[in-house]
Amino acid sequence: MFPEFLTDIYTDYTIRNITLGAMTLGFVSGSLGTFAVLRRQSLLGDTISHAVLPGIILAFMLTGSRDPLILIIGAAIVGWIATLSIMAIVNTTRIKPDASLALVLSVFFGFGMMLMTFVQRQPEAASAGLSRFLFGQAAAIIWDDVRTMLIVGGSAMVILLIFWKEFKLVVFDRAFALSMGMPVRRFDVLLTTLLVIAIVIGLQTVGVVLMSAMVVAPAAAARQWTDRLGFVTLLAGGFGALSGVSGALISVYMTRMPTGPTIVLCLTVVVVFSLLMAPNRGLLWSWVRQHRQSREIRSRVVLGDLYWLSAQHEGAEHGHSIGTLEAMSAGRVAVDHGLEDLERAGLAQRTGDDNWMLTESGRHQAQKDLQSGERESADV
Amino acid sequence: MTAPASAQTPAIAVRDLTVAYDDRPVLWDVDLDVPHSVLMAIVGPNGAGKTTMIKAMLNLVRPAAGQVEILGQSYQKSRHQVGYVPQRGSVDWDFPTNVLDVVLMGRYGALGWIRRPGEADRKLALQALEKVSMADFAERQISQLSGGQQQRVFLARALVQDAQVYLMDEPFQGVDATTERAIITILKDLRSAGKTVVCVHHDLQTVPDYFDWVALLNVRKIASGPVAEVFNDTNLRLAYGGRVAFLSRDSAAPATAQPTPDYED
Repeated sequence: MFPEFLTDIYTDYTIRNITLGAMTLGFVSGSLGTFAVLRRQSLLGDTISHAVLPGIILAFMLTGSRDPLILIIGAAIVGWIATLSIMAIVNTTRIKPDASLALVLSVFFGFGMMLMTFVQRQPEAASAGLSRFLFGQAAAIIWDDVRTMLIVGGSAMVILLIFWKEFKLVVFDRAFALSMGMPVRRFDVLLTTLLVIAIVIGLQTVGVVLMSAMVVAPAAAARQWTDRLGFVTLLAGGFGALSGVSGALISVYMTRMPTGPTIVLCLTVVVVFSLLMAPNRGLLWSWVRQHRQSREIRSRVVLGDLYWLSAQHEGAEHGHSIGTLEAMSAGRVAVDHGLEDLERAGLAQRTGDDNWMLTESGRHQAQKDLQSGERESADV
Repeated sequence: MTAPASAQTPAIAVRDLTVAYDDRPVLWDVDLDVPHSVLMAIVGPNGAGKTTMIKAMLNLVRPAAGQVEILGQSYQKSRHQVGYVPQRGSVDWDFPTNVLDVVLMGRYGALGWIRRPGEADRKLALQALEKVSMADFAERQISQLSGGQQQRVFLARALVQDAQVYLMDEPFQGVDATTERAIITILKDLRSAGKTVVCVHHDLQTVPDYFDWVALLNVRKIASGPVAEVFNDTNLRLAYGGRVAFLSRDSAAPATAQPTPDYED
């Protein structure tokens, strides 16, 4: 089945539209999402994506049209109203930001569900497809949708490029940006607008319920791999596009499942892989590093103890029992493993059953450790 | 030190400044003149409004009354002549960027809209990093810096702003002794070059060594002027209440208004 659809991408309109659409929305929401994550607005993203539902339905009710651009505009307007409501609640009441996010999310989403039920009871057949905005349906992507995504997403990308350095500074160091006279508040508005765009662009394909994953997850994964903002943004876009396309195609051609959940599953693979495997920041990497460090410390402790013992015995070629060493380290370290590590490094040798002594290089190393230890404590 | 032509206008003139957060006054009716080419400390107990003072000078907080003029002009007009070092804890040091990039941000004001920093800006940034002995760290990810290194990076960023007036919020906070000496050398160089430097400062003991001008603040201005004239027991007691054991006793116990800052590096 797979090779077939790779060739189909070039020949079959439906597949081409789905691929192109999923790729565009994945790239746009992934890369714009980087800024949302860095501004700590991931939850705002989730709230906006749920809260736009009534906007979509109202746009349909008012115009009777299912033109994607009209529905997106409706979603964007209500997304903005939701954002303003959150700000108003935080600024004028004692309700904390997290509670106000939850409040706006549930109120708007609940209202949206009510409207949707109402519309679907109406006899017109046109309302039939609206429920796909909940969990998304890639199969329904037509060229009109792709064109809308390209125009809206493309403009968002251009704005991001134009104000790149300003966005970077405003997000990193707001006070410094203000001191330079930058219109920081306007950039806030602009960045939030870009977040709204990142969300509404994928609503039809991914659905309101899971759309925020498209905004947050690619950035979180990309951050694992690189320390440069430009690369994080590009990589997040790439991860978004990859998960978008694979999720969409799998949902349409293999599982017959709603697209949103399939895309999120693909994203999850990317995120988990990044969390575990990425160099430096990856969990696996830090486990290995920690393990290596604790082994290093263990053998240093044992080395120091052996050195101390040999100093007590006037440099004689004298072995010391593991039992003595264990008593010295008082169970803090596994002495036997430490000794084996030292032996492998050529710093200690066995002198008989369970008796150990330092080699010549082991003695030098221990002396060096001791000196540098003294230097460090003198520094403090 | 030659005073500029406009010797009569102070570098910074604060008039009747009152700032309040939610009805609680943080600064009350403060008048303050900072002359040209001085290195001034703003000292005072916690909550005395030191940081707010700096922020009001930078137009970052809206005063309830009064105004600030820098180089004889409003901040909007003079801001290209002003360099700023915020508190190091005010930003997320895990932000995905490197040292050189942060220093380059100091050039954004001169660059204006859209234009990206170029080769000349990079050269300036590297020179500034050289001055703070951080040139080897240019490509380093900022999350790998120690507290003292972070502070030096912020200082380098202010240096590339090439300003006349520098406002710094606790530039010595949480840095080790070596970094503190390095920073104060740079600040004294700035003063020698005719710049005006204002620092929020916590360690009363070092004030006479580091600074030549001082303002004592506790919501109201207690005193300001040359360190030799106004940095005395009477004023310190007025600013801090009875909480400080003082300098002139030449006692063994150092005068510190704060618990010694934690050394992070």
